[in-house]
Amino acid sequence: MTPTQSQPVEDPERVAAFEARVAAGESIEPKDWMPERYRRQLVRMMSQHAHSEIVGMLPEGNWITRAPSLRRKMSLLAKVQDEAGHGLYIYCGTETLGVDRQELIEQLLNGTAKYSSIFNYPTLTWADIGAIGWLVDGAAIVNQTMLAKASYGPYARAMVRICKEENFHKRQGYEIMAILAAGTPAQHRMAQDALDRWWWPSLMMFGPHDSESSNSDELMRWGVKRKSNDELRQRFINLTVAQAKAIGLVIPDPQLAYDESTENWKIGPIDWDEFWRVVRGNGPCNRERLAARRAAHAEGEWVRLAAAAYAAKQARTVSAFEAA
Amino acid sequence: MSVRTSGQIEKGSRQFEYLVRLGDDRLVLGHRLSEWCGHAPILEEDIALANIALDLIGQATLLLGHAGKLEGEGRDADTLAYLRDAIEFRNVLLVELPKGDFAVTIVRQLFFGVFGLLQSEALQRSNDRDLAGIAAKAAKEVRYHVRHSADWVLKLGGGTDESRERTQRAVDDLWRYTGELFLADDVDRAAAAAGVGVDPSTLETTWHSHVEDVLARAGLTIPETLYMQRGGREGRHTEHLGHMLAEMQIVARSHPGASW
Repeated sequence: MTPTQSQPVEDPERVAAFEARVAAGESIEPKDWMPERYRRQLVRMMSQHAHSEIVGMLPEGNWITRAPSLRRKMSLLAKVQDEAGHGLYIYCGTETLGVDRQELIEQLLNGTAKYSSIFNYPTLTWADIGAIGWLVDGAAIVNQTMLAKASYGPYARAMVRICKEENFHKRQGYEIMAILAAGTPAQHRMAQDALDRWWWPSLMMFGPHDSESSNSDELMRWGVKRKSNDELRQRFINLTVAQAKAIGLVIPDPQLAYDESTENWKIGPIDWDEFWRVVRGNGPCNRERLAARRAAHAEGEWVRLAAAAYAAKQARTVSAFEAA
Repeated sequence: MSVRTSGQIEKGSRQFEYLVRLGDDRLVLGHRLSEWCGHAPILEEDIALANIALDLIGQATLLLGHAGKLEGEGRDADTLAYLRDAIEFRNVLLVELPKGDFAVTIVRQLFFGVFGLLQSEALQRSNDRDLAGIAAKAAKEVRYHVRHSADWVLKLGGGTDESRERTQRAVDDLWRYTGELFLADDVDRAAAAAGVGVDPSTLETTWHSHVEDVLARAGLTIPETLYMQRGGREGRHTEHLGHMLAEMQIVARSHPGASW
């Protein structure tokens, strides 16, 4: 990326032609001309998404070694592995915009890149694995189903593939919650406690209210986003309230009420102070998550150097052979 | 439960014991590998190591499930995995050692992987049809595991001074645990004589030639350790297994009789 983030001066005719293509529903591909702001917004969104997949491996990975049955252990391990795959896939997608993975990982490790704040909350019981699959992946699916129609081809295609796997994860998470909710009193308490802790943070995943969202207008005009934060959040709430009722869990919001006229479930106020506190680095696990990523990166340094040194030696052998 | 003669019980419990050994090796190693998930040196290795762990835990689930059925006491794979104490586990010591650095993990994967491959290939011919089926599937998976670990041993051995030193240290530290892989006792000999199992001592020569070939190509040497540690097959483990099981079994044991 260019070091300066100043507003680039774009040729208005090209911008107009670009916006016409987007408005006509055409897919923008890596070699097509695009406004610099569009490119930067995509790099920002895609890299945040990739980082979220990678950091998201930590809270769930926390329970792989304690999963209560062999089947659960394998499905959790496979889920976290899928997240690594998604991260890799989106990093590759971001490379089509001229940034490399190394650079992006550097930004994650030095704290300049953002990732989804939801992963700065701790996983305290096995039920959290159910709650994350059900609520966090559920919220991600609502968001990503919209992004699967994004104007940038490589991102949209990545989302189509990722959504399929996320749907599977969500079903698994909901199944874990349903079994716990119908289980022993201790298991039921565990499930309700997990819902109590993850409900509000999962609503915050959709970002600030539309009136407060700085990036939204431009992203909508360029077809990167197709629906607003509040629309998506409402869709998620409507889906989830019914699912909680079906398994006998209570949404932790005394003001939750059904609005007949709009056919929407209305919620009480979201604690935006908490949202911004976590975004700004003061969530319960912000420091731990970054520390864990930095430790893995630092401890793996010698391995990456070895692989590079070995590849270089092999390349020299091949070229010496060819020269002979 | 049907009435059995003492000879049948003896035969059944030996086969159970044999299958539990196979299952425990893979369960414990799969668990150790799963500890890497989210902490590997590169993203591709988070994926690869998780893949191998999944294969091993999958194999263990089938093997322990089959053992439980054969035992006929109503114990399934989960009961065997989550409700036995360390002294009842029958895995070799090699697989229960802490995951160590990436070199330790990779060298252990090579050592156990080559053993597991030879064992699975032989067990495909078992006259226990279930075991033969499990082994045939496993052999396909483990062929990839061996390629993965051998590739990395070459890279680490031929990479930098540091990677070579770390990998040599891993070979030196783990070598003393390889002898146990090939020890045969009455259980193994009975399983082999019945056409159910394979006598592990018959795999030793081939194992050595495969492993030594990879190590030699990587510029690594085999230590002159004369003494080989043993005990896992009789439930005499290292101190590490108890801690591993404490973590692995905590949720399952905290909620007796619960479903998950």
